[in-house]
Amino acid sequence: MQGGMTVTDTVRRGVPAEPLPRVVLRFAGDSGDGMQLTGDRFTSVSALFGNDLSTLPDYPAEIRAPAGTVHGVSSFQVAISDHDITTPGDAPNMLIAMNPAALKADLPRLERGGTLIVNKDTFEPRDLEKAGYATNPLTDDSLTGYKVVEVPMTSLTKEACVPLGVKPRDADRSKNFFALGLISWLFSRPVEPTLEWIDERFAKADLVRQSNRAAFMAGWNYGETTELFDHPFQIPPARLPAGEYTNISGNTALAWGVVAAGQLAGLPVFLGSYPITPASDILHELAKHKNFGVRTFQAEDEIAAAGAALGAAFGGHLGVTTTSGPGLALKSETISLAVSLELPLLVIDIQRGGPSTGLPTKTEAADLNLSLYGRHAEAPLPVVAAYSPSHCFDAAIEAARIAITYRTPVVLLSDGYLANGSEPWRVPDLAALRPIPVDFATEPNHEAPDGTPEFWPYLRDPVTLARPWAVPGTPGLQHRIGGIEKEDGSGNISYSPENHDKMVHLRAAKIAGVDVPPAVVSGPDEAELLVVGWGSTWGAIDSAVERLGREGRTIAWVHLTHLNPLPANLGEILHRYPTVVVPELNLGQLCRLLRSEYLVDARPITKVRGLPFSADELITAFREVLA
Amino acid sequence: MTDVAAPTTRKDWATDQEPRWCPGCGDYGILAAVQFLMPELRVKPENTVFISGIGCSSRFPYYMNTYGMHSIHGRAPAIATGLAVARPDLDIWIVTGDGDGLSIGGNHLIHILRRNVNVTILLFNNQIYGLTKGQYSPTSEIGKITKSTPYGSIDRPFNPLSVALGAGATFVARTHDLDRKHMMATFRAAHDHQGASFVEIYQNCNVFNDGAFEDVTGREHRDERLIDLVHGEPIRFGAEREHGVVMGADGLLRIVDVADVGVEALVVHDAHRDDPGLAFALANLSTSVHEPTPFGVFRAVRRAEFSGEASRQLARAAEQKGPGDLGRLLRSLGTWTVS
Repeated sequence: MQGGMTVTDTVRRGVPAEPLPRVVLRFAGDSGDGMQLTGDRFTSVSALFGNDLSTLPDYPAEIRAPAGTVHGVSSFQVAISDHDITTPGDAPNMLIAMNPAALKADLPRLERGGTLIVNKDTFEPRDLEKAGYATNPLTDDSLTGYKVVEVPMTSLTKEACVPLGVKPRDADRSKNFFALGLISWLFSRPVEPTLEWIDERFAKADLVRQSNRAAFMAGWNYGETTELFDHPFQIPPARLPAGEYTNISGNTALAWGVVAAGQLAGLPVFLGSYPITPASDILHELAKHKNFGVRTFQAEDEIAAAGAALGAAFGGHLGVTTTSGPGLALKSETISLAVSLELPLLVIDIQRGGPSTGLPTKTEAADLNLSLYGRHAEAPLPVVAAYSPSHCFDAAIEAARIAITYRTPVVLLSDGYLANGSEPWRVPDLAALRPIPVDFATEPNHEAPDGTPEFWPYLRDPVTLARPWAVPGTPGLQHRIGGIEKEDGSGNISYSPENHDKMVHLRAAKIAGVDVPPAVVSGPDEAELLVVGWGSTWGAIDSAVERLGREGRTIAWVHLTHLNPLPANLGEILHRYPTVVVPELNLGQLCRLLRSEYLVDARPITKVRGLPFSADELITAFREVLA
Repeated sequence: MTDVAAPTTRKDWATDQEPRWCPGCGDYGILAAVQFLMPELRVKPENTVFISGIGCSSRFPYYMNTYGMHSIHGRAPAIATGLAVARPDLDIWIVTGDGDGLSIGGNHLIHILRRNVNVTILLFNNQIYGLTKGQYSPTSEIGKITKSTPYGSIDRPFNPLSVALGAGATFVARTHDLDRKHMMATFRAAHDHQGASFVEIYQNCNVFNDGAFEDVTGREHRDERLIDLVHGEPIRFGAEREHGVVMGADGLLRIVDVADVGVEALVVHDAHRDDPGLAFALANLSTSVHEPTPFGVFRAVRRAEFSGEASRQLARAAEQKGPGDLGRLLRSLGTWTVS
């Protein structure tokens, strides 16, 4: 190891690791402390090691909220496991708190008796005051019941880095790597992947690179040489189905799904987008992939982003626009135009807490009503929702398939939890992905009374009711489309009452007839409870249903990915069970829809705290219903 | 951009749809000018797209036998930008008005101009909202009495050319609906320009704002008040070309009698100047439509064009990284194998 602390072999080297099936860690610090990066690195190394995992980044909206305050706390929770898991865990088993504010903000989440690793150097009177502590929690007995490990991370990091020529103030910035090194030792993670990552990431700033390496190794060695912990732990690799895996976040999976959809359809992708949290990463990711023929356009506003995507769709591209709730509201008029023009348009909404700016970095799933109904007049469109980070890939392809096949805008819903959370994903077999057929019109499809061939832009396919997609540049098919009501068939302007009535019904029938796979119930046909979920509640429902099942409760569960149209067999399923509950991160939007659509006494289970459901919360709620 | 096409006639560019503008509307003259011009441009109808927003002028695409989209209020530049980036092979025209382009769609207009997207923008300025039956517009003069301003409007109007120049437009011109020849020459120059071309057309709304431009464009007034800008020529006008434009030591433009100052003293019009100062000064030479007003091409300069730049980035990426390989992309974050 370079400079700084010299650590020689000690008697402790080789202490055997205790196997653990699962651990939930939470890294918490100031938003400038690099906790997201630390958590992300730990996750990546664990993924490469073969653990199953699930993550929950939790950070403030401000880039740098006042340092040392509870408002500025940024956390990253990760569950790693030797078996298949679907949630980032309810209560962490271990909390790594880089300052008093982090302790204050996140201690309530830590399980009773859990391990608390704190950066002792930051518990000075000024830090305590900023965090709102009247007395020092490390000395006032308020942490009784937890296993508290005090580590002087700041000073040890400085000792490791200053001899390299790093200024003490700059050395402070490496303390997250000290923490990462310590935790890596504690959970027997290999050091090489992180050292390689540091070398690559900081290749252009050699002193920073050296400083981070030194801090990381100092943390690792500190774990090994001190007796703060009896022994390290080991979470063996998970027994996942055989295959090649990668660790993926929802937004990356979604961006890749869009690239894949373009390839499956043989269409160039055009993304029109305006930066908005938590959707911007999709723009960033797609902007990298120009060699796939992906065009990305950062528009002047949300409206222009949707308009440009629609213009590209008119030109024969797979038009995509990405946003979050407030942006979806702004795009509403353009989406209605797309409904009227009957052009494919993929509208991706990464939901966040609202209304208005709301909780931009926190999750919520309250844009279902906006997606289903948030347009003027009768403007139905299909809605698809992703349920896990990796499912975002499939959901993007499915939404694109519907948009292209039926020439309609489609809203694809994800949320902040899926967007930033990650999980291992078995890399799909590309040959098994279904191509999306695109049949551009190339010939006239109608004859004028005098026998002249002509092109009617609204002459529909009898099965899908989709209109022909004739792109500019095709000789002889010149046509005009617009927002004014069109005559069925010819597409000419028509204000006739009969025609408008017909067109409103045709547009509705087209969407109602979208080919949606039947809903699949997991669990017994006869059960005391049916849980209907959609979106990111999947992981928590999965855990809750499984745990209650082990207690002998019979619970059936159906998770909807198509929210419009709903699967044809859903009504029959809903009426098969005596009790139906609908957990949602809103005030019951799907629940109300099911009640009105199917006259079923579905009951809502709601949460709007900017956080996903925990399995415990759902178990409690299900038990209450069953009691 | 567009390849040479087989000869066409005006008929090839017209549709069977009957225009629904009011009888006597200035829009008819503009439509005729465009339809007469298209065969001369030797472009193909199938490679041509007209995109409009909302308003009387925005009905325009329905009457052109090309691809067309009558979109939503103010958004034509956004839609056209997406189409242009996706399909740089197309010849794209935007038809808009003073309300559509400068009020509800002002944001999109300035951004398409600053990006220099290869489109030809025809802004029909009639200084009134026609389709909604006569409210004042962002180009109406102060004090305009309309249904929505019975006590007179109090907002200062936009000068469309100043807006375009301020947004960094690379081609800025003005013409009017009563002079087909001038319109055709102006539209041709706009069409041939690589990048966003902005043309303001003084257009008479004979129902809600009749005669708004009469003092300048009316046959009996043109000699006295219509200043025809010709690149490389001294700026002069009048029946005997007896008036001219000079720039004072204070940098301001003034109208003078040529006899008083001599031809050499006149400003020589230079549309290709990099600096937009002269174009801006000329755009502001008149403060109302009752004074001598310049027409023609104010500015035409070359700048990188947006859709071409976007295509070049794609080509460069494909060159450097090779064509996209989805299998490789899905493994780009590192993988591990479970057996």
